[in-house]
Amino acid sequence: MSVAVFFTALASAMLINNVILMRFLGICPFLGVSKKIESSIGMSFAVAFVMLVATLFTYIIYYTLLEPFDIEYLRIIAFILVIASLVQFVEMFIKKFSKGLYKSLGIYLPLITTNCAILGVAEGNIIIDFNSSYNFFGGLALSLTNALGAALGFGLIMFAFSAIRVRLDAQNVPKEYKGVPISLVVAGIMSLAFFGLQGLI
Amino acid sequence: MKRKQLLTRGFFKENPIFVFLLGMCPALAVTSTFETSLGMGVLVIFVLTCSNIVISLVKGFIPEQIKIPSFIVIIATFVTLVAMFTEAYAFELYESLGVFIPLIVVNCLILGRAEAFASKNSVADSAIDGFGMGVGFTIGLSIIGIVRELLATGQIAYGVYLPLGEPGFLFNLNWFIGGDFNIADYGISVFALPAGAFITLGFLLAMKNILESKRGEA
Repeated sequence: MSVAVFFTALASAMLINNVILMRFLGICPFLGVSKKIESSIGMSFAVAFVMLVATLFTYIIYYTLLEPFDIEYLRIIAFILVIASLVQFVEMFIKKFSKGLYKSLGIYLPLITTNCAILGVAEGNIIIDFNSSYNFFGGLALSLTNALGAALGFGLIMFAFSAIRVRLDAQNVPKEYKGVPISLVVAGIMSLAFFGLQGLI
Repeated sequence: MKRKQLLTRGFFKENPIFVFLLGMCPALAVTSTFETSLGMGVLVIFVLTCSNIVISLVKGFIPEQIKIPSFIVIIATFVTLVAMFTEAYAFELYESLGVFIPLIVVNCLILGRAEAFASKNSVADSAIDGFGMGVGFTIGLSIIGIVRELLATGQIAYGVYLPLGEPGFLFNLNWFIGGDFNIADYGISVFALPAGAFITLGFLLAMKNILESKRGEA
């Protein structure tokens, strides 16, 4: 397996199949937490962290527990439990060891359980089935690369969108479009721009 | 609150999509055609009604601290059921909804109704509330789906994704034009793309605001 495979996976997860604009995962934080630049950065870091750890755990659980025992159909329940308990655990861990980090990330952590990007990326990695084309560890590395790319793409769009939204608030928008409607139209135009990256790889 | 009001309030007045902006991910992702929107809506109606019933049945036994994880497990059980059922009986729909069937678990609407309504009210009321909100969600999805499919292709097809018999058209602009002109060649294909989903929903929300302010003046 060469470096090019990883690079392709990273670029494709980050730019071409962007989680927010192309795959519609994580729209709730995208619309809800993007009013301020700082909060969008905090949310992005929290999501990136949980996404990577969740991908690691769900991958291992799927291929060492669910698949050998032929109970793949339980994966929705297993994955959501992993994610929910992981979020709880991360919250407790950060609270104990880093007060500063807890202050900046803490409020976003409970929201992440119901962030579809986490479950969507974990589930997506299983559906792509890296394990059959590479070995267990190769598949794990590719899944993590995919999750990292998705997290970077999420952060990129959150940051860009919150910066646009701050400016948008200062503009004279027609009153029917104020707030969410104009944000959605802006997101549509961003999505159109990202559609242009489709031919990159 | 009267039962009838409980049922109908989710349809328009408290519509989950247009008023509360809940469940936005499926509202954008699966609405490229009317049929997929309707299919998604039906799945959500089923999951929401069942999970509301079960949650209101067990509401006395669950300790406060593990309330949310327990709700999620109950919801995930019904989602697994629905996913298997769809795979068996409506495979085209299953393929086209893809990852968004498992993602019904994290739909804020379902957890929101469990937390805000089913964990406090009687079984019958919770069932009615779940059904009503699910229908409201379906109405919201279908409106977006109809607008997008009509703009993208000029037609509204049926029978492609849902097992409804012979594929055909519910509505086709060709019927009104006639001749050699084929409307499908002149569709605005951007509305079938992700970009079109955002823009359509943005315009529909603005339209809702305009209607509301008109009603306020009158």
